[in-house]
Amino acid sequence: METKYISQSGIEQWFNAIITSGKRVYAPVNSRGQIDFKLVKNLNEVSSEYIQTTQSIKASVYPKAEVLFSYEKVNGKVNLTDFDPESVPETVMWKVHPCDAAGFKPLSAIFNWDGADKLHNAHLAKTSLVSFSCASADESCFCTSVNGSPGNTAGSDIQLTMLPDGGAIAEILTSRGGELAALLPSVFEADKGVKKEKYLVDLPARFSLEEVNTKLSKAFNSTVWKEQSERCIGCGACAFVCPTCACFDIQEDVHGSKGRRIRCWDACGFAMFTLHTSGHNPREHQSQRWRQRILHKFSYMPERLGVVGCTGCGRCSRACPVDMNILEHITSIAQQ
Amino acid sequence: MEKIRERAATLLAEGVVTLVLGYEEGTKRPRPLFCRNSESARKLIFDSRCIHNLAVYLTKKELVGKDRFAVIAPIATLRSIMQLYVENQLSEDKLLVLTVDPSGELRELVTFEDIAGYVEQFELKRGEREQEILSKIDEMSREERWKFWMEEMSHCFKCYACRSACPLCYCSKCVVEVNRPQWINPWPAPLANMEWHINRAMHMVGRCTACGACGDACPVGIPIDLITRKMMEDMAPEFGYIPGQPAKKGNALSTWKLDDREQFIR
Amino acid sequence: MSEKNTYLPYLMTIEKITKEAPGVKTFRLKFQDEAEAATFEFQAGQFGEYSAFGEGESTFCIASSPTRNGYIECTFRDTGRVTSGLSSLEEGSTMGFRGPYGNVFPMDEWKGKNLLFIAGGIALPPMRCLIWNALDLRENFRDITIVYGARTVKDLVYKSELKEWEERPDVRMVTTVDPGGETPDWKGEVGFVPTVVEKVAPSAENTIAIVCGPPVMIKFTFPVLEKLGFRDDQIYTTLENRMKCGVGKCGRCNVGKLYVCKDGPVFSKEELNLIPAEEY
Repeated sequence: METKYISQSGIEQWFNAIITSGKRVYAPVNSRGQIDFKLVKNLNEVSSEYIQTTQSIKASVYPKAEVLFSYEKVNGKVNLTDFDPESVPETVMWKVHPCDAAGFKPLSAIFNWDGADKLHNAHLAKTSLVSFSCASADESCFCTSVNGSPGNTAGSDIQLTMLPDGGAIAEILTSRGGELAALLPSVFEADKGVKKEKYLVDLPARFSLEEVNTKLSKAFNSTVWKEQSERCIGCGACAFVCPTCACFDIQEDVHGSKGRRIRCWDACGFAMFTLHTSGHNPREHQSQRWRQRILHKFSYMPERLGVVGCTGCGRCSRACPVDMNILEHITSIAQQ
Repeated sequence: MEKIRERAATLLAEGVVTLVLGYEEGTKRPRPLFCRNSESARKLIFDSRCIHNLAVYLTKKELVGKDRFAVIAPIATLRSIMQLYVENQLSEDKLLVLTVDPSGELRELVTFEDIAGYVEQFELKRGEREQEILSKIDEMSREERWKFWMEEMSHCFKCYACRSACPLCYCSKCVVEVNRPQWINPWPAPLANMEWHINRAMHMVGRCTACGACGDACPVGIPIDLITRKMMEDMAPEFGYIPGQPAKKGNALSTWKLDDREQFIR
Repeated sequence: MSEKNTYLPYLMTIEKITKEAPGVKTFRLKFQDEAEAATFEFQAGQFGEYSAFGEGESTFCIASSPTRNGYIECTFRDTGRVTSGLSSLEEGSTMGFRGPYGNVFPMDEWKGKNLLFIAGGIALPPMRCLIWNALDLRENFRDITIVYGARTVKDLVYKSELKEWEERPDVRMVTTVDPGGETPDWKGEVGFVPTVVEKVAPSAENTIAIVCGPPVMIKFTFPVLEKLGFRDDQIYTTLENRMKCGVGKCGRCNVGKLYVCKDGPVFSKEELNLIPAEEY
């Protein structure tokens, strides 16, 4: 861990050095009225005025649809072709928020629980995170309530805190971050001794995780699930924009004698998610599915995996067509 | 607004209905509210920002229950209700409709005939947004249109918010979930997304009332409502009616008449 | 990187196909790779993901006993896209298998006890693995009772094995069909499984009861066992929630804080009491 100063022009030069190194760089881009991570070549493509991208950076280490392996049927035999980790390109996620970087830990906890996930780990090994601490927040942000903060460095390889002069405090946090900085070491100047806290948004915590956890441990049969979920229409928007939701489906892409087995995003909010072949559905009603979403993130994951399944990014609340505001719902559970 | 609250509270207090479906203030804009007692009716609001199509809840039995319920319905919702009625999904004796007419008067529509009579006064027109994008698309060549929609579809991640927000997507098992045969590849990918949206459009044509709920719900901003709206606009003159506008029973593509023109057969 | 891809199946040759009942088949599978065959091990209660290449994967238990080396067996009913794809395969064809997954029946703890097996319909396969395992180690256990029921005589699976168990002097075998499901020459019991269990009334003394069947059968059998004096730690079952990955990642089989694929599929009733019954 090393703290440096990087000037405005230094940032641009360094960015260009990363591009020149051949790594793919994804950054928030404003397009079609949405701000989302896109492949970029120039720093001027990167969006500046926004609170949060619509989608998280989850897809960089857990693609929406990914080939687990492929196969070909030849004369009654089957030839398998395994996923090749070398096929994953070196990628830098530029200008992620701390709540996004923090999402990799719970995501990996799921994928690597009692058995490594080769695909996820291959992406992780090739992905570097350059986070920017947060100088602003909106009413859906609540990282400080879930062990995070606007300047949280967990998960980041390098974190920049923007300064009024257009330069930034650069915290080089990991060896991978060091390698990134080493692409153009000259722009990383000596630390000017400025404290980054001054440039972070003040975001008071809204609830205590311990309190929520205690309440949830007795809440399975509570009427709160039905009350809160009435307006939920059962789509997967919340799960798909979430940095930590990892539920997936496995599907078959068939073309004659060739085929690919595909892992794709799924959501516990979908009615069909738990449907048995017999027609029996353990989570028949939306209220049960809403309960699952909340309990999984705030109770089961902490207990089984030792991580909270929420980083307080607020994307689910912003993406929800019917304003299922997770902060509001969790706060009300904490206060019950 | 006060009138709606009072009326809802009375309806609930007197036991005329057990539920009033309306709107309350939300995080950034109004959101759906389920009022089950006269006290919660105090939270009700109603103004031009109330655009959720609450008709989506009317076919969910676990929510509306067995008893009579009321719904606060702007014109777009009323059209969906008319179409649901045409498709035999609603029964008159269970539903009480509250709406506010352009002069600000609270109206109670009890029968489908009442709703039909009321809806008839309003012409379905393109809004500014629809006009802007659709006229742009109209000017495109076929290839450009395909490119435009493929680019839009590449953003779809199949959260199915479009389907979930649509009052007319009430099937308990959607075609995208049928896997014998697998009509549509269920994972998100540009072409697989296009397959889904084309299928959805085909299932909506002659039924979509252009309420815009699907486009409004899309978290990644695909103007998905314009596909079904355009199809509706193309269909309407051919079949002589607009879905959701008071008309005969039956749907354009699921009814057959001896004198159908069948111009597509050449 | 030499990390193993969890989702890559073993290639298996279908060595033998047995038609068990309408729509129900048993496949005997052999590993195509000898090295894989040599290192493969499993225990009673575990399951796997079976691939029909071109259709996808389906979850079933391993129905053969770990005491029978060199192959594994699975029994399934043709009900969906994958099972129908598997069902159309012939002897000699290739299919895929991932596993073994999940926990096991604690057979070591059951040494010296009586075993009462209660199974319904297509849920006999997980039990069959356990039954053969117990019979192959017969000296480890005292009385063995099997109560097996299906809707109709036609729906009974493993018919030749049922006969074999019936003829064994060291097994008490009770077969039943639902009322109306019997044929004129049916010699077994007629009645639902829970009712028959109550009638047969095995002693709870030093006995372990293992119940496998559709959720409704399990639901009605538990109270009967309780009435017969079985404590919750004497009753075991397997849950069959919907699964995709089989390894605790896809999220489907999460029941309360437990995952059927990792914490199960074998649960004692004592353990079941810790998770919400409405979710399985």
